[in-house]
Amino acid sequence: MVQYNTARLDASFAALSDATRRGVLEQLGRADASITDLADKFHMTLTGMKKHIGVLEQAGLVTTQKVGRVRTCRLGLRPLEEEAAWIEQRRQLWAARFDALDQVVDDMKRREKSDG
Amino acid sequence: MDSRTTVERTSDRELVATRTFDGPARLVFEAWTKPELIMRWWAPKSFGISFLSCEIDAHTGGSYRFVFGHAASEQPMAFFGRYVEVTPPSRLVWTNEEEEDGALTTVTFQEKDGKTLVVVHDLYPSKEALDGAIASGSTGGWPEQFEQLDGLLATRGASV
Repeated sequence: MVQYNTARLDASFAALSDATRRGVLEQLGRADASITDLADKFHMTLTGMKKHIGVLEQAGLVTTQKVGRVRTCRLGLRPLEEEAAWIEQRRQLWAARFDALDQVVDDMKRREKSDG
Repeated sequence: MDSRTTVERTSDRELVATRTFDGPARLVFEAWTKPELIMRWWAPKSFGISFLSCEIDAHTGGSYRFVFGHAASEQPMAFFGRYVEVTPPSRLVWTNEEEEDGALTTVTFQEKDGKTLVVVHDLYPSKEALDGAIASGSTGGWPEQFEQLDGLLATRGASV
């Protein structure tokens, strides 16, 4: 899990290190778009934009779907990665709660001892 | 990173969290059923969440209502439901009614040698309900995204 996370984070941060790719994410945050639309908007060749989208896709920041001859890009993780990320997030929430609960149980034990 | 807490999707409809506590079941159980105690741990500070109010009637058929604020959100968030079963110090079952298709939560407390294993089991009404919770948790909604970002940054910090 930790390794998986680290690899994914490295890919995410590498993907985000480029201004065009950050711009693409911002754009996709407003609406889904085809690679052709994005190439136009960022004054790039289709091949150049395909490369950027590939990097974002590898990092799990963007998913693409080809319908007919058009490849549409949207923000988001692939379903399995999305589930793994969500479960990890839940684990962090429970871990934080349970760390605090440890403390509460400790206090209760101590109080009981001093009362007892 | 804490490795004692496990969270697993055990089936299409089920999510299970576990942790062992260094104390007898009656004390751990009490910490789940008294407002003044649950308020000390249920809303972790590291997630930016804090209690605005906490009402608990921990009896079979009783109800609860938790209201939280979040640093990144103007809107308070309410979580509420009914206790389907309250059996001290071993078992708590409650409904989650703040959303349609909420899970049924069963918490068991198993004591052994002065330690207590806590198992939190969420049973969703359907596969679609759990899939939906996952999808809404990762694409938007209440400050989940901020939480996710916080989590990512924390993980990043730990791995460097």
